[in-house]
Amino acid sequence: MDPPSRHSFLRTALLLPLLLAACDREQRDMAGQPKAETAAFVAKGDPRAAEYENNAFHIAQGQRLFAWMNCSGCHSHGGGGMGPPLMDGKWRYGGKMEDIVASILYGRPNGMPDWRNKITEQQAWELAAYVRSLSGQSRKDAVGARTEEMAVTPPQSLESTERNLVAEKPLSPPGEPQ
Amino acid sequence: MRRRLFSWTAVSSAKAPSPRRGEGWGEGARPPRKISGAEHPHPTLSLQGEGFQAATKKTRCRLISRSRTMRLRPSVPLPLALALAGCGGIQTIGGREGRDAALINDLFTLFCIVTGIFFAAIMAFLFAAYWRRRGWRADRMPEEDVALEAPSRERFLKVGLFLWTGAVIGGLMGLAIASFFTDRGLAHPNGDNKPVVSIELTGNQWWWDAKYHFHDPSRDFRTANELHIPLGAATYILLKANDVIHSFWVPNLAGKQDLIPGHTNDIVLVPTKPGHYRGQCAEYCGLQHAHMALDIVVDTPADYQRWVARQQQTAQAPADPQAKAGYVYFMNKQCSACHTVAGTPAGGQVAPDLTHVASRATIAAGTLPNTPGSLHAWVADPQGVKPGNNMPYIGLNADELHAVVAYLETLK
Repeated sequence: MDPPSRHSFLRTALLLPLLLAACDREQRDMAGQPKAETAAFVAKGDPRAAEYENNAFHIAQGQRLFAWMNCSGCHSHGGGGMGPPLMDGKWRYGGKMEDIVASILYGRPNGMPDWRNKITEQQAWELAAYVRSLSGQSRKDAVGARTEEMAVTPPQSLESTERNLVAEKPLSPPGEPQ
Repeated sequence: MRRRLFSWTAVSSAKAPSPRRGEGWGEGARPPRKISGAEHPHPTLSLQGEGFQAATKKTRCRLISRSRTMRLRPSVPLPLALALAGCGGIQTIGGREGRDAALINDLFTLFCIVTGIFFAAIMAFLFAAYWRRRGWRADRMPEEDVALEAPSRERFLKVGLFLWTGAVIGGLMGLAIASFFTDRGLAHPNGDNKPVVSIELTGNQWWWDAKYHFHDPSRDFRTANELHIPLGAATYILLKANDVIHSFWVPNLAGKQDLIPGHTNDIVLVPTKPGHYRGQCAEYCGLQHAHMALDIVVDTPADYQRWVARQQQTAQAPADPQAKAGYVYFMNKQCSACHTVAGTPAGGQVAPDLTHVASRATIAAGTLPNTPGSLHAWVADPQGVKPGNNMPYIGLNADELHAVVAYLETLK
């Protein structure tokens, strides 16, 4: 057998760091000490957005809170009812993590209550991470393969990415061409 | 054992070489006799050799000293005693405080005795065979005597074989019959009597949610992590799970029963001795599985009725200013979103019912004793006490913390 060439060592060395990319998926920050009160003006580019969005533990906790806080009462299991659907790519108040957290903590007109004193800020971020995953925005290796309740939809980890329509800007006001 | 034999061979092979050494000195139970078996029909003669005497002397000393240390070595009896010390108290598999536990314990004892007798008998035969094989009886006996003895030995062996087979069949049948009756006993733990108490117990990560059901639904109440059941009556417990599989296990009272999401199981407890027992989740259910304990208090019927009457009452309004401040915080902040305090606006259903939390023995499913200090620690930083549990860090300031704990202390 030929001794491994220097090139194969080099290739392995170059490929190994790719494995490390899988390591941040389930960092459990359970202590969840809140940072300084920033939610009043959830700033664009809040570092917590990245921290929570693709983290399996936070998405799973968000899913649990979605059931516990009866989000389904209005949003159904993401399909919408009295409240708007969360599974499509349309966002009235913005679809970024920061926008969703602001919607949860401070409420929105026509029915969305504010959850400021009902849940903690960390829980709002976890919920937002789960809400983002409903429309297929999260990494496929971060979303859960099972749900907390009897599911009528395929597991998120198996969903196609067709619905992955990211609407970065809010919907145009009525009257304007879309 | 092996070391002892080895040292013996080493010493004697140096001092007393023998033609029969190759035939298994090392494993001989009484080596001095074996060594010169061929040359000396009478084993005592073999001790005449000078070199050999020196060897056996040394060996004998060594054997004696070894056996003495064996007798005194604490490594054998000490762990045994410690293990036995664990059998007792509020959570033990040796407990007999419930009808099920007593039945299973009786069966276990019977199994231990029967299998123990057979084990001892087999060991005795094994060593007897070993002894004879290595013994000097056959060596000493003249050939004709051996031939004369053969028919009587044959008969003896035949009878022995029949007796032994009969004993094995009888023993196994006895155990099977005992198992059958124990099983029947477990299936009907209270004869035909209907259970008098009905509890719906739901396993959550990582606590127990208990709902007591009554014929009149307005008397139903909810509690957590502590069950009271009446002495001598059958308590029916319906078992459910909200997230993953848990297992209900109060070893002093009965065996295990799993709690499975989307499925209902049940178990009937018939306690026979009043007292405070400890249950434990017996199916690995996540990070804090070990901190998912359950207090079970077996009350006399009168005590039980008093406890039920107490639990059915709603929480009393706090009187002192600090507890009042705690009440205001509790109702207006995160606490009330998950916890219920009956008779107040707090009606969350996803966390333990706190209506009578101060009357319980422990908090956080047996993690801490229910003292003001534990409550402060828990409310201030639940993730520090029980990492991973679903109560978030709230971030109360010192005044709020003292107020909330003062309020919780009033919930007797």
